[in-house]
Amino acid sequence: MGVLPRWADVVLVPLVSLLLAAIFSALVILSIGEDPAETLKVMVDGALGSAYGWGYTLYYATSFIFTGLAVTVAFHAGLFNIGGEGQAQLGGLGVALVCLSYPWPHWTIALLAASFGAAAFGAVWAAIPAYLQAKRGSHIVITTIMFNYIAAAFIVYILVDVLRPAGQMDPATARFPVGAKLPALNEIPGLNLIFVKAVPANVTIFVALAACVAVWALLWRTRLGYQIRAFGKSEPAAKYAGINPTKIVMIAMIISGALAGLMAINNVMGEAERLVQNSASGAGFIGIAVALMGRNHPVGVFLAALLFGFLYQGGAELGLWTSIPIELRIVVQGLVILFTGALDQMVRMMLSFFFSFGRQRAA
Amino acid sequence: MDFATLLQILDSTLRLATPLLLACLAGLFSERAGIFDIGLEGKMLMAAMASATVAALTGSVWIGLCAGIAASLLLAGLHGIASITFRGNQLISGVALNFLSSGITVLVAQRMFGQGGRTPPLAGPARFEPITLPLADAVKDVPVLGPLYADVLSGHSILVYVALALVPASWWLLYRTRFGLRLRAAGENPAALDTAGVSVVGMRFAAVAITGVLCGLAGAYMATALQAGFGREMTAGRGYIALAALIFAKWRPWYALWATLLFGFFQALALRPDVVERVLTIKVPVPALDALPYILTVIVLAGFIGKAVPPRAGGEPYVKER
Repeated sequence: MGVLPRWADVVLVPLVSLLLAAIFSALVILSIGEDPAETLKVMVDGALGSAYGWGYTLYYATSFIFTGLAVTVAFHAGLFNIGGEGQAQLGGLGVALVCLSYPWPHWTIALLAASFGAAAFGAVWAAIPAYLQAKRGSHIVITTIMFNYIAAAFIVYILVDVLRPAGQMDPATARFPVGAKLPALNEIPGLNLIFVKAVPANVTIFVALAACVAVWALLWRTRLGYQIRAFGKSEPAAKYAGINPTKIVMIAMIISGALAGLMAINNVMGEAERLVQNSASGAGFIGIAVALMGRNHPVGVFLAALLFGFLYQGGAELGLWTSIPIELRIVVQGLVILFTGALDQMVRMMLSFFFSFGRQRAA
Repeated sequence: MDFATLLQILDSTLRLATPLLLACLAGLFSERAGIFDIGLEGKMLMAAMASATVAALTGSVWIGLCAGIAASLLLAGLHGIASITFRGNQLISGVALNFLSSGITVLVAQRMFGQGGRTPPLAGPARFEPITLPLADAVKDVPVLGPLYADVLSGHSILVYVALALVPASWWLLYRTRFGLRLRAAGENPAALDTAGVSVVGMRFAAVAITGVLCGLAGAYMATALQAGFGREMTAGRGYIALAALIFAKWRPWYALWATLLFGFFQALALRPDVVERVLTIKVPVPALDALPYILTVIVLAGFIGKAVPPRAGGEPYVKER
């Protein structure tokens, strides 16, 4: 089997995988009796055709950057964190507690405090499965999945019995104070010339970009990042080199959970301005697809998050304007994970066949 | 708690343990052959949708059952291609298939029936009816054992008894046949199996196919026996709980029965907050009971399994030496 050139490995493999996922999505759309071209047009128009659409696309992308980075950090340590959904919901609880605790004078201070709350709650929710993995050998995939269900039940309990204001019917917290309101992109001088209508995308997107840089620096420019990657590549070798496995599992998962939790400043603080049930609405799971698609690199995660932001907003438009159920998004998400993650080797084999063919011709 | 309540809870335990047992045995075959499968959930969901849809259209639960098994086999085949043929990451493949089924089931059900991703309620021959075991009425009056037989063991659908029968059958197949020995070898030491001239790929595909059939049974049971129709995400994490039960059971068929009965008991308790409240004499919030099976899964995984040794070559693709 020929070895692929580096550019093909970095660019071509994800693109071909994506193409395959797109073809199969088109087949799914055809099989439920809809027109794939028309579907794509509705999605592109709705998600990218206007500044308003972009405002939603970027809003979703912001959440997916956080959850994608969360999965990425865990992946580099050889851990598969499927618990991003639960960690993001807990992060939402952290945000809500911080925002409701004090009449914040300015959003910048509130953002700092809420970020801390979100990261701390997300980290704690990831730390328990991490501890069980490191100390008790419980399979982290299963425990993180279980923690998603437990988080959902826990949030229901908190919202119904604890944080719901007296006299309110729906299970949600009170609205956050005005001082904790994050400026949306249409409220930022300069950007408000582009985003004329109110959009949900908010300043959190800059926090997300900073997180991309921070994760890159952590993984490739620090000693800890090196230890995480070494541990993920080969646990025995890392142990032999004196790296403490328990420490790496714990730290990697705590960072991962904190990143997933941070997502909540985008959706809970930036958009809903109160905590509702199922606040993460699947973004935690999309992080898996985003990380795989982005080849576990922050730049890739950023691009993949944009793609999924488009898919999410486009999918919502489909729900509005066509008879295609919104669940099409989950199908596409599954196909992307299948082709970029599990069938990665198939794409590689196909490509290296073409490359070796080309080389033979040249020789 | 009086005896009648206990009987009711044990009755629901058996009813709720059945899909877990079927899925757990499904995972057992796959993992014993060295293929991790966290896609049990997706296969069950797909089978539930397919069986309910076909049963609703044809009016025959048996044709529905076949459709459910076929749908589950299709996903199992995909998992096999990804993780055996193309040596992909088995965990990721499982996750992908779970998402795929979570979306496709709703898409298809919506397209077929237009009822918000549900199938119409099944009734009559489109559903598995409870069957009364022989002599159930005759022994009803025998103290203790009579009601246990008549009220707990009797009166379930045929699939419950199939699932129970599959426990000794799996044990026999795995530990008393040549096929079983080879299947286990594929998960413990595939190189040895290869040296003996048996195809590792073939054995693993066979195991994955058995997993597909069993998950098909589990899903069909969910939609056509436990409940009357398919609803979105109706499996609610049972595939993952079955995996936890599998670890708890140390990858053994008889232990799998006890483990899934235990988890079924937790689920049955979660349905009876009144009983839990009376026994514990404190008010337990309903969400806590909902979370109970998941919390107990974590506790079981964390502490009480003792030393559970997974199949040695589990999760690793087999690459033949050249």
